Amino acid sequence: MAYSDKVIDHYSNPRNVGTLDKSKKNVGTGLVGAPECGDVMRLQIEVDEATNTITDAKFKTFGCGSAIASSSLATEWLKGKTVDEALAIDNMEIVEELALPPVKIHCSVLAEDAIKSAINDYRVKNGLPELEMAKSHH
Amino acid sequence: MLKLPIYLDNNATTPLDPRVLEAMLPYFTEHFGNAASRNHPFGWQAEEAVDYAREQIAALISCDPKEIIFTSGATESDNLAIKGVYEMYAQKGNHIITATTEHKAVLDTCKHLEKQGARVTYLPVNAEGLISLEELEAAMTPQTILVTIMYGNNETGTIQPIREIAAIAHKHGALFMTDGTQAVGKIPVDVLADGIDLMAFTGHKFYGPKGIGALYVRRKNPRVKVTAQMDGGGHERGMRSGTLNVPGIVGLGKACELARLEMAADTARLSAMRDRLEKELLTLEESYVNGSVTHRLPHVTNISFKYVEGEGLMMGVKDLAVSSGSACTSASLEPSYVLKALGLSDDLAHSSLRFGLSRFTTDEQIDYAIGHVKEAVTKLREMSPLWEMFKEGIDLNSIEWAEH
Repeated sequence: MAYSDKVIDHYSNPRNVGTLDKSKKNVGTGLVGAPECGDVMRLQIEVDEATNTITDAKFKTFGCGSAIASSSLATEWLKGKTVDEALAIDNMEIVEELALPPVKIHCSVLAEDAIKSAINDYRVKNGLPELEMAKSHH
Repeated sequence: MLKLPIYLDNNATTPLDPRVLEAMLPYFTEHFGNAASRNHPFGWQAEEAVDYAREQIAALISCDPKEIIFTSGATESDNLAIKGVYEMYAQKGNHIITATTEHKAVLDTCKHLEKQGARVTYLPVNAEGLISLEELEAAMTPQTILVTIMYGNNETGTIQPIREIAAIAHKHGALFMTDGTQAVGKIPVDVLADGIDLMAFTGHKFYGPKGIGALYVRRKNPRVKVTAQMDGGGHERGMRSGTLNVPGIVGLGKACELARLEMAADTARLSAMRDRLEKELLTLEESYVNGSVTHRLPHVTNISFKYVEGEGLMMGVKDLAVSSGSACTSASLEPSYVLKALGLSDDLAHSSLRFGLSRFTTDEQIDYAIGHVKEAVTKLREMSPLWEMFKEGIDLNSIEWAEH
């Protein structure tokens, strides 16, 4: 399979690989996917509670190059956004940015799910109601 | 300078040995005759070359030159043998025994015959990829006409106990066929001593050309016959019609001669390189060899790297031409049925790499491959949440995964 230059770049030089302290109240963690499906993404955000802004984002992904690139790109986009702006990230933006082929669209869906799941974790930790997942891709 | 990518997919195909090419070339241009032309020297020369190749092939597998039927390759030989036996011995019975780890050329041929009324038993294999002789014995019936079990497996290199299998088949009056595609030219194969009645093999797996293969069909004790699957001029003792591919046959003959003369030296060198590659890669934690390490072709190793995803791994080892247990070229992510038959979970089957070495593989290439795979696996594990959980001692099975 031919990967786009952007996928290869994110795969070769992934941004923001790592782990945030999930015990902290202002850290939200999303773990999506399943090993037997071939993709597991863990995406974490650290939020400045005063401004509701994401100050840091980290990921770890078990998956193909497109899954790694989708989550790497997502962490890049998340930093500096408010939580509400982050919620608005749509998987198709990731598809466009990385030029993912149709068989790899599910990687972008997983990244969007990981973002929403991390935000939900942050909300629940801070006494806010859990958001309904806007889309169900499954 | 090391040229990249490095070719380590020699179970898929091998490069042509330059000595084989040299032997073939005159038969495209100068000696272009049809081996079936009986009336002029062009035909005689071609026939002479074909006869010589038959002798070279016969010398490699210890048979009579007349027992070689030329085909287009191993797939055709498998088809001709299995369908040909099924039709020829229909009066005796309709039962065929094979194994779940066979090549698709055997499995799909058997499935085709099932639709026509054949009864087929697919024997399972153990964790090493070996069939059980007891299960084979138990599966034999008076209607069993054919037992077909491959010599060496294409994915893992596992070598089946061929002599014992042949003996069981014969004890119950069935013929024994083997798909020798990966074994012929790599390890000593002796159809007489092994008790093989039919054997498929092909040139391009051992430095010969593509598009030429053969079926060994025993002529004595017992005299085996197969029904032709193509109608035509009655070539190859009526079993396979079609003008002989003389340059290909010359190439196959030469490849067999080289294999016979150089097998011992090649095996010693390749198994040493393979063992070094394997030992080094197994220093990575949570890496496992698939298949038997004691009953195995000398040039193959198949290793799974846990907590690394197969497609990502293939992308990480882009400087190597290898195969993976992951069917990542297709949209469906079906892992290798051979590895699954060994009892591997989907994720371990996906994260496997198959290394196939050749006569032309160098120590320098193996050094590079070791470093390259180690680097890729280590990098991907640093990125893998599953690896982190494993390191923290979390049981991955205890997690409720969001299936998608």
